[in-house]
Amino acid sequence: MSKTLLDKVWNAHAVCELPSGQTQLFIGLHLVHEVTSPQAFAMLRELGLKVKYPEQTFATIDHIVPTQSQQRPFADGLAEEMTQSLTDSCEEFGVTFYDLRSGQQGIVHVIGPEKGLTQPGMTIACGDSHTSTHGAFGTIAFGIGTSQIRDVLATQCLAISKPKTRKIEISGSLSEGVFAKDIILAIIHHLGVKGGIGYAYEYCGSAIEYLNMEERLTICNMSIEGGARCGYINPDETTIDYLRNREMSPKGDAFDRAAKYWKSVASDDTASFDDVFKLNGKDIEPMVTWGINPGQSVPVNQKIPSPSSAPEGEQNSYQEALDFMSFKGGESIKGTPINVAFIGSCTNGRISDLREAAKVVQGSKVANNIKALVVPGSMAVAAQAKKEGLDQIFSEAGFEWRQAGCSMCLAMNPDKLKGREICASSSNRNFKGRQGSPTGRTLLMSPSMVAAAAIAGEVVDIRSI
Amino acid sequence: MNDAKRNIISGRSIPLRGNDIDTDRIIPARYLRCVTFDGLGEHAFEDDREQDSNHPFNQDRYAGANILIVEKNFGCGSSREHAPQSLNKWGITGIVGESFAEIFFANCQAMGIPCLAVNHEDCQILLNASEANPSIKISMNIEDKSISLQELNINASLNDGSQRAFLEGTWNATAVLLKAENEICKIASSLPYLNDFSNV
Ligand code: SF4
Repeated sequence: MSKTLLDKVWNAHAVCELPSGQTQLFIGLHLVHEVTSPQAFAMLRELGLKVKYPEQTFATIDHIVPTQSQQRPFADGLAEEMTQSLTDSCEEFGVTFYDLRSGQQGIVHVIGPEKGLTQPGMTIACGDSHTSTHGAFGTIAFGIGTSQIRDVLATQCLAISKPKTRKIEISGSLSEGVFAKDIILAIIHHLGVKGGIGYAYEYCGSAIEYLNMEERLTICNMSIEGGARCGYINPDETTIDYLRNREMSPKGDAFDRAAKYWKSVASDDTASFDDVFKLNGKDIEPMVTWGINPGQSVPVNQKIPSPSSAPEGEQNSYQEALDFMSFKGGESIKGTPINVAFIGSCTNGRISDLREAAKVVQGSKVANNIKALVVPGSMAVAAQAKKEGLDQIFSEAGFEWRQAGCSMCLAMNPDKLKGREICASSSNRNFKGRQGSPTGRTLLMSPSMVAAAAIAGEVVDIRSI
Repeated sequence: MNDAKRNIISGRSIPLRGNDIDTDRIIPARYLRCVTFDGLGEHAFEDDREQDSNHPFNQDRYAGANILIVEKNFGCGSSREHAPQSLNKWGITGIVGESFAEIFFANCQAMGIPCLAVNHEDCQILLNASEANPSIKISMNIEDKSISLQELNINASLNDGSQRAFLEGTWNATAVLLKAENEICKIASSLPYLNDFSNV
């Protein structure tokens, strides 16, 4: 019988069926960061258990690191305590820790792929919802909570139910000025933030196949924003080429054997899905969010919807979002003045994102009174960007060039919005309070659109410049 | 593990209206700067409460309630267990709602907090009843998958696996997962990427 990638990877990792009816699923790669793990390590100590496969467990710090000066001890005592706690736990349990001194630190979902840790056919878990990112390589990757981190540390397994699968086919190709970020925002716009509950999303079709690995990561990153448990893209030559010569990739003959295996985990052509959703790439336009969840978005040239046009049962949510944002239905999103521009995060903080944004800002200046920052997703991204002179381009344009971390994607480090500021952001969440001010406002868009907004001082259509 | 069994959870309820209430709202990220879950209870919904003095978590009449009633897609967003931990530390031991985000649901289960789903009409009945009279007691019944509100018995849904885990007290998965020691090793030795792809 033909199978999906989910079927194949699931079967290969299913240890047994639990009395609860869930599957005991073996986790091939466990990624750890400082925020969600300290309590899990503490639980492990309490139980007197060890990390079962420390060689398959890798840690880094990203959420709480300051991006201006990364000198230890950090000014924030709590951040320092968390960093020390992870340092101690990694030492005690024999886990590899890509800390600041290693020169290999970065956002956990940026460094997994760039080091070649993330490989097709794996199951991956991390105490972070955006673990779905790694699905870009044809992995089944789950975000988990702290108790489940304890489970994975102790047993290398999760108790979990197999999701259904929805095939999301993006045919055709993208127009100029339209990026991976716009594809995923459009998908969530159509299917809603609850649409994916119970599902794994398989992204396919020519517009997806055409994307490079970094763009694919952007798509899978936001699967969770559509409510899906995970999302993946079938491995192909693009995947294999990306993995060749990565630090942790198999070498020599083993690489050839691996490549054969990686291709074999792709969904069979005749595999069947619980649901199918189709979109044509040429119908996708640059997207901007106007509300307080990532589904509340519009193509940049369209008007912000009014609550009366909301889908059944969503009128109140629309009104709440408009009130919070101080927008009115029928207004243009284009032309909305911004205060802050943020380029970074595990969605769009990779080298190709910085290259695209740099193209937009080259030779221009950030508009008056706009705070604009670029935060590379990892130390490796930062180093590459410097090599290419991108840091110069950004600095000359008036952007602050920062060090690697999650930064203004969330409010756990010194980078925060103030008051009612509006931020054009390349991150993945526009929740109330997400960027650090309880009343601050976030407009999600592609990095190029953020760059253009920084220059113009307001939301603009990237295609018009 | 008898004390881990969960069947009936009863008590007063606290109604929280709104769809898509995300984990950043349940516990703002700045409170994730911690190495234990202690003390999170007082920060539950902190920013929402600050902006709305009428927020149910601000109202004395709901103090001491242990069953939270919510609407659709509650707990969406991040995987932070800090969210259910803060609710639990505030006093919540069971949640009823129209639907839950999956990671949030799984985190609640791993902590022994059942989340029962009810349909839209029944959810409104429960919210209205709680708002009208916060001293009213309701009961969540895991075995029957139902909620009782005085004479009213409301059907609820919960997947069979979670139901069994609560009834049998096996929601804390570590002990259960540890049992399969041999099978875990077998899988590890069969996975190509753990064996230099020599078995492809
Ligand atoms: S960049 Fe943002 S979404 Fe990604 S891991 Fe960091 S905080 Fe989470």
